[in-house]
Amino acid sequence: MRHEIILLVLILILLVFEIFTKTEQKKSLIYLALGLFAIHTITGFFQTTDGQLFGGSFRTNPLIHFFKNVLNVGVLIILLQSTDWLRDKVAHLNKIPEFFILLFSSLIGMYFMISSGDFLMFYIGLELSTLPLVALVAYNSADIKGTEAAVKLIMTAALASAISLFGMTMLYATGGSLFFNMISYQLQVSPLAIMGLVFFFSGVAFKISLAPFHFWTADVYEGAPIGITSYLSVISKGAAIFILTTILFKVLPVLSDYWKYIVWGVAVLTMFIGNLFALRQQNMKRFLAFSSIAQAGFILMGVINGDAFGATSIIYFVMIYIFSNLGAFGVVQAISSATGKENMDDYVGLYRTNPKLSLVMLMALFSLAGIPPVAGFFGKFFLYTAAAEKGYYLLVFLAVVNVTISLYYYLLPVRAMFLRKSDDAIPYFKSNWPMRLGLLLAVAGIFVIGLYSPIYNYIVELSKLL
Amino acid sequence: MIANVSIYEILTVSTLLFFIGLYGFLTRKNLITLLMSIELLLNASVINFVVINKYMFPDFLQGVYFSIFIIAVAASETALAISIIINLYRLKVSVNVDKTETMKY
Repeated sequence: MRHEIILLVLILILLVFEIFTKTEQKKSLIYLALGLFAIHTITGFFQTTDGQLFGGSFRTNPLIHFFKNVLNVGVLIILLQSTDWLRDKVAHLNKIPEFFILLFSSLIGMYFMISSGDFLMFYIGLELSTLPLVALVAYNSADIKGTEAAVKLIMTAALASAISLFGMTMLYATGGSLFFNMISYQLQVSPLAIMGLVFFFSGVAFKISLAPFHFWTADVYEGAPIGITSYLSVISKGAAIFILTTILFKVLPVLSDYWKYIVWGVAVLTMFIGNLFALRQQNMKRFLAFSSIAQAGFILMGVINGDAFGATSIIYFVMIYIFSNLGAFGVVQAISSATGKENMDDYVGLYRTNPKLSLVMLMALFSLAGIPPVAGFFGKFFLYTAAAEKGYYLLVFLAVVNVTISLYYYLLPVRAMFLRKSDDAIPYFKSNWPMRLGLLLAVAGIFVIGLYSPIYNYIVELSKLL
Repeated sequence: MIANVSIYEILTVSTLLFFIGLYGFLTRKNLITLLMSIELLLNASVINFVVINKYMFPDFLQGVYFSIFIIAVAASETALAISIIINLYRLKVSVNVDKTETMKY
């Protein structure tokens, strides 16, 4: 509960400062919020006791605690990367504190979602994490694209939560309770339970943007401010995958024969659609949106495993995915807030003018593609092992085909940056220290998680608690 | 419990409500109508929760209090959606899906 309480206090502090700060000095609140959140991230690493609250609605254990810390680090990197944009681009809107307050409210929603012990807490957490995000997507209210993206996001999110609610009613009817423990005891295989599973799964699949439910992803990612886009693609997706894994493994193991079929089909469809649509994208945000759809398909290979090893590979991969995606989005944001350019063609010849940024982008894209020296390779390797362990060789084969496709489009920006020459390349610019620190943390994460094996062993130990 | 009405009849109504809402959501073009369809979808779940609680598990009130939370969340969701739609109307002078869309594949 410590994470939630500290973050809530932080929101209250920001609200009070918002009232008592003059309009001209609102910019100093950026650094206040950044500092406070850094303190929150560091205190998060201290151990807490296990336990549950509200009669089992809210539970915590070292694994959940660890995952909250991962989310915290991700949000800290996003905040560091967003400072330039907040200070230089949108300060005239005079709503800097709102950015942090809404972002932290959404993060509290994620905490409650991943700590949930029954469907009620899960639902409230899901909504609390989505609604502030919608407001953030429409942050710049004069921007038509942002508003349109917000409309699309709230419509799909509301539809998704309504569908998963209908599934919850069916699981409630068959399981006899809303508590996860009771349902896993009492649930029997019946047509109604399978129907409930399908509805519930499709609701959560909207959140993770799995294939038949991915249509909102590219548009929302393109229209939203880049900081919010990276939040949507890593934090929101990571938390939803975590809770989906928990529910499928712990609450609905009785139905595992059925959800494995669903997961198999959805995984293949997601990988192919994500990769094939990514081939034709020019806008870097849309490009990364489809890449993140494809990555979600890879993560489902760990879900299909159904054991502690599957959970280990998922959490390990989600960690790597957070850092690699934040590296890529960080570079896009740095270039966008310095020059306003977001297309792949604008990146031509970037290596000659901005070698460090190009190297960060290179590492992030290599990690997303899964090329050996960086962490993405190890993450993908464990996901393949998780699927192959249970005999899903065809799925692994299709995933390898998809990695081959993805290599092509991940190397397109690399080719543009390193090999092609251009006279009107983006000139040299130097970002401020928060942006540089954010990129450095992301790159350090990409290397350390892959090469420092005690982290993996620690996750293996924790996953037994799922 | 209602006399002479079994759980099947009420569940039929709520399921019909759900699919009417889904149909409306997928076919309508006006954003306000889409919001109304979402209300139908959510209300179907509310009816389901209350009825299942009342007829099948009357010892605990889990379903009933879940439905209260659904109503509260639905209200806040609608408020947010309406505010964004009003903003869109200011920028585009339309609340029609076809006319407001700029981003496509």
